[in-house]
Amino acid sequence: MTKPLTLAEKLWNDHLVVKGENGAPDLLYIDLHLIHEVTSPQAFDGLRMAGRDIRRKDLTIATEDHNTPTLDIHLPIAEPTSRAQVQALRDNTAEFGVRIHSLGDENQGIVHVVGPQLGLTMPGLTVVCGDSHTSTHGAFGSLAMGIGTSEVEHVLATQTLPLKPFKTMAINVEGTLRPGVSAKDIILAVIAKISTGGGQGYVLEYRGSAIRSLSMEGRMTICNMSIEAGARAGMVAPDETTFEYLKGRPHAPEGADWDAAVEYWKTLKTDEGAEFDAEVFIDADKLDPFVTWGTNPGQGVSLFDSVPNPADFTDPSERSAAERALEYMDLTPGTKMKEIAVNTVFLGSCTNARIEDLRAAAEIIKGRKKADGVRMMVVPGSQKVRIQAEQEGLDQIFKDFGAEWRFAGCSMCLGMNPDQLAPGERAASTSNRNFEGRQGKGARTHLVSPVVAAATAVRGTLSAPADLEA
Amino acid sequence: MEPISVFSGVAAPLKRSNVDTDQIIPAVYLKRITKTGFEDGLFANWRQDPDFVLNQEPFKTAQVLIAGSDFGTGSSREHAVWALRDFGFKAVFSSKFADIFRGNSGKQGLIAGVISESDTEVLWAAIESNPGLEVEVDLPAQQVRFADVTVPFEIDEYTKWRLMEGLDDIGITLQNEAAIAAFEAKRESWRPKTLPAKGV
Repeated sequence: MTKPLTLAEKLWNDHLVVKGENGAPDLLYIDLHLIHEVTSPQAFDGLRMAGRDIRRKDLTIATEDHNTPTLDIHLPIAEPTSRAQVQALRDNTAEFGVRIHSLGDENQGIVHVVGPQLGLTMPGLTVVCGDSHTSTHGAFGSLAMGIGTSEVEHVLATQTLPLKPFKTMAINVEGTLRPGVSAKDIILAVIAKISTGGGQGYVLEYRGSAIRSLSMEGRMTICNMSIEAGARAGMVAPDETTFEYLKGRPHAPEGADWDAAVEYWKTLKTDEGAEFDAEVFIDADKLDPFVTWGTNPGQGVSLFDSVPNPADFTDPSERSAAERALEYMDLTPGTKMKEIAVNTVFLGSCTNARIEDLRAAAEIIKGRKKADGVRMMVVPGSQKVRIQAEQEGLDQIFKDFGAEWRFAGCSMCLGMNPDQLAPGERAASTSNRNFEGRQGKGARTHLVSPVVAAATAVRGTLSAPADLEA
Repeated sequence: MEPISVFSGVAAPLKRSNVDTDQIIPAVYLKRITKTGFEDGLFANWRQDPDFVLNQEPFKTAQVLIAGSDFGTGSSREHAVWALRDFGFKAVFSSKFADIFRGNSGKQGLIAGVISESDTEVLWAAIESNPGLEVEVDLPAQQVRFADVTVPFEIDEYTKWRLMEGLDDIGITLQNEAAIAAFEAKRESWRPKTLPAKGV
C-alpha cells in the first residue's frame, strides 16, 4: 500500500519536474501565473536585459489593481508614479504578448478576485503571483503562493519555480458558526492563536465541518490570510461546493475535460492516516466576531473583550510589541473593544470584497443610516463584482446608507492609490493587514469582518450585528 | 551576482522584533519601475526620527544588520531586499525570518543568516559597547565575528552555495530544459489556459 499523503504533498508531487538533490530545491511546474503592475516591471526588465522571452504566455494573465484609482477611472491616473507603473504593465504585456485586463475592462480588479471569477483558478493547480495574498487561490485545492519579483521573472522565463518542500499543518475547525460570525473571524482567531510567525515554513490545510460548510468566498477569505499567520500557502480540499462554483465559468473545463478534471479533483484530499507536522484545533461553536487591537494581525481579541494589558504578556518580546502597538494605536488597556470609535469603515480588499461580502454588509445596513462623522468606503474586488452588485441593487443600499460606492482595486487596503487614511485616523477595515502606516501614514487599523464593518458604520464604534437589534 | 565569501563591515543593531516589509520599505516606494535606487525608501518612516539607529554614526554606513526575531514578515515585496542592498547591507541576521523574505534575499545576494536569540543579545551588547568596530562575516564558516565574540549562523546549504558561486537562478533552471519540456508534454488538457481569452 502506498504511503498516505496530505493534500499539499499530492499537489507537490503532481507538479514535480526535477527532484532536487544535495540540498538543491525541487523544481515545480507552474500552472497559472497572475501578474499585476507592482511586482512585475523589474521582472520584465530582467527578461529584456537577458534577451529572454516568456515561455508560456498562455498560462499568464495580467490585471491592474494596486495603483488604480477608485473614482473617475475614465481620467488618466493623476499620480505620476502610479501612472508610470500601470503604463509599464501595459507596455510590457503588449511587447511580450500577455493578456491584460486594464482599468475600465469588466475583468479588471484585484488579481485574486479576477482569477477565480474567470474560472482560471481551479483545483489541482500550482498558482503563483508576485503578491503574498496569492494564498487566496488555495481555497480551490490548489498550491498557491506569493512570490518575489525575481521569482516572477523566473516563472516568466521557465514556467517553473525552484522550491524547498514545506511542512504541513492541519487547521481543524469543527462546529457551527453562530450568527454574526464569519470566515474572517475564523482566520483572525487562527492567527491570534498561532501568532504571525506560527505558520512559518508550513502549508496550512483548513479542515473540519466549519470549513466544509463555508462558501467559496468564505474559503478564499480564510486562505487569503494564511500569509498573515506566516504560512507560505493555505488550502482547502475541493468538494461539491468548489465544483459548483467553477462550473460554467469562462475558463472552466467543458465536456470530457470537465469529467476528467472532476475525477482527478475528487482525489485531491488528505488521505486517511496521513500525518501532518503540526495540528491546530479551533472550536467554531465558541467563536465570537474577532477584531484586532494592535499593529499585527495576530494582535486580535473577541469583539466582546477589552484591549489587553501588555503587563499580562509573559513573553517579553510580545509584551514590548504590545506596548508599542498600544502607543501607536492610541489605546488604553482595559478599554472595551466596542467602545472604540472609528472615523472610517473600509469594505474592500482581496480578503473581503467579493459579491458575498458585499451582500452580507448590505444586509446589515439596509434601511439604516451611517453614524454621523463616519465615512464608509465600499470598493468591490473587481469590476465584475461591482456590476453584479449593481444588478442586485446593492449599490443603492450602500448609497442610501451614506457610503461611497467606488470602482474596483486594492484601494485603502494598502493606500498605493489616493485612498488613504489621514494621520491619526482610525478605521475598521475588512482588509488583511493592520501594520503601522499601512492604510496611510500614522493611520490606525482594526481588522474586522464585513458584517462587523457594516455594524460599526451604523453605530460609529466597533460593533457586532447583534448590537443593532438592541 | 558577485560571489560572496568573507567580508567586514559596520554592524547596526535593530532592536525590534516583527519588522515587517511595510516597515522595511513603505508601499509608496513600490511604484518605481527600475531595479535599483531604493536606498531612500529603507525604513523610511523610522528614519524620519533622528534617533533611529541608521541615522546615527557609525551606523549610517552599516553593511550588516542585527535584527530582532521575525524579520521580513508581511508583504512579499522584493523591494525590501533591494532597499537593504541599495543602502549597503550585505547581510541581515535574525533569530527568525519570514519565508518569502529569506527566499528573496538569497536571490539578490543578501545573506539572511539565522542566529539564536541569545546570540542576538550578545551581538547587540557587543556592538553597543564598541559601536565603531567592524564585524567579520564568514559565509564559508557560517560565522559572525566581532572582537572576541564568535557567533555561528545558519543558512541552508543550497543558498550558501549559490551565494558563494554568485549564480543566477534562471540559468540554473534552464539546465533542465528537457525535463521541463517532457513535463509539459504530459499535462492534462483540462488545465486552464489564459489564451485564447474567454469571458471577455
